[in-house]
Amino acid sequence: MSFINYSSREINCKIVYYGPGLCGKTTNLQYIYNRTNPDAKGKMISLATETERTLFFDFLPLSLGEIRGFKTRFHLYTVPGQVFYDASRKLILKGVDGVIFVADSQIDRMEANIESLENLRYNLQEQGYELDNLPYVVQYNKRDLPNVASVDELRELLNITMAPDFEAISTTGQGVFDTLKAVAKAVLTDLKRGS
Amino acid sequence: MVDPQMVMYEEEFNHIQVVCDKLVRDANALVVFIVDKNGQLIATSGEYEHLDTTSLASLTAGNIAATGGMAKLLKENEFATQFHEGEHQNIHIQIVGQRVILVVIFDERSSLGLVRLRVRKATAELDRIFESLLRKVQDPGTPSPFAEITDDDIDNLFND
Repeated sequence: MSFINYSSREINCKIVYYGPGLCGKTTNLQYIYNRTNPDAKGKMISLATETERTLFFDFLPLSLGEIRGFKTRFHLYTVPGQVFYDASRKLILKGVDGVIFVADSQIDRMEANIESLENLRYNLQEQGYELDNLPYVVQYNKRDLPNVASVDELRELLNITMAPDFEAISTTGQGVFDTLKAVAKAVLTDLKRGS
Repeated sequence: MVDPQMVMYEEEFNHIQVVCDKLVRDANALVVFIVDKNGQLIATSGEYEHLDTTSLASLTAGNIAATGGMAKLLKENEFATQFHEGEHQNIHIQIVGQRVILVVIFDERSSLGLVRLRVRKATAELDRIFESLLRKVQDPGTPSPFAEITDDDIDNLFND
């Protein structure tokens, strides 16, 4: 749930990057962190294992500028992708305003993508949300790797609701900001509607 | 069930700030801050200039969420209080009204007993303020400040 603070004239929103293990959620955040003006960002926090796998979450606070005298701040979170961290994933979804599903485009990760997407729907429902009612975008990551599925195939399997979707290579940053902007816009539009 | 939208108005913010400032003094604390359960910082008081309060807020909420998960597994409603003891500084964390988190950072100039005592009093006051805030937010007559924003306003944010 976004937080509107009339006192400090700020609006805070929470965006969660979801997806299977090693799909590039943390890499998305790292790219955003590295390419953002120091004034517009806070410290990036990664609660990770010794082998740099996300254990609980990554967190990056980002300022986008002002709307009608209100500073807009987005808190970006990633979930741990590995299947057995499901309890932690549920917690991160609490209070979410917008979701980015990061899919791994490699054909041999398709089952993991589908499982993670089903897990996202299920975990959102447990928190009282419906994915189809939330600001939501899909990112097809790792487009530079061999053995990737075509975007049409990915759409058919992972985006039947035709949410806005983007091809990306998060290691080089391609598509990273487009994805973020799309979800941020959707969150603000949602807020405008007052839903 | 999804929580209602969190909104903070000037009037309630001032009340909350007074409670935080008083708690810093009464508990001999270094810093007092209030975070909502989603990790959004609501108010801060004390010597916080050198602290990354945004990160602390997010980690506090994560901590409370994880502890809440453990409580559920034990069929407890929640663990309302937590205490972390460091070599020089300590953190006392208290859930207020199941909605927000009151955090007190203190050192050897205070004690856990004193902090607990003062936190109890502050919790009761904060509970009342947040209850009244919640009623105000749920009042359908309260207009949203974002009803007026246009698509252009949103687009302009992303023009750079």
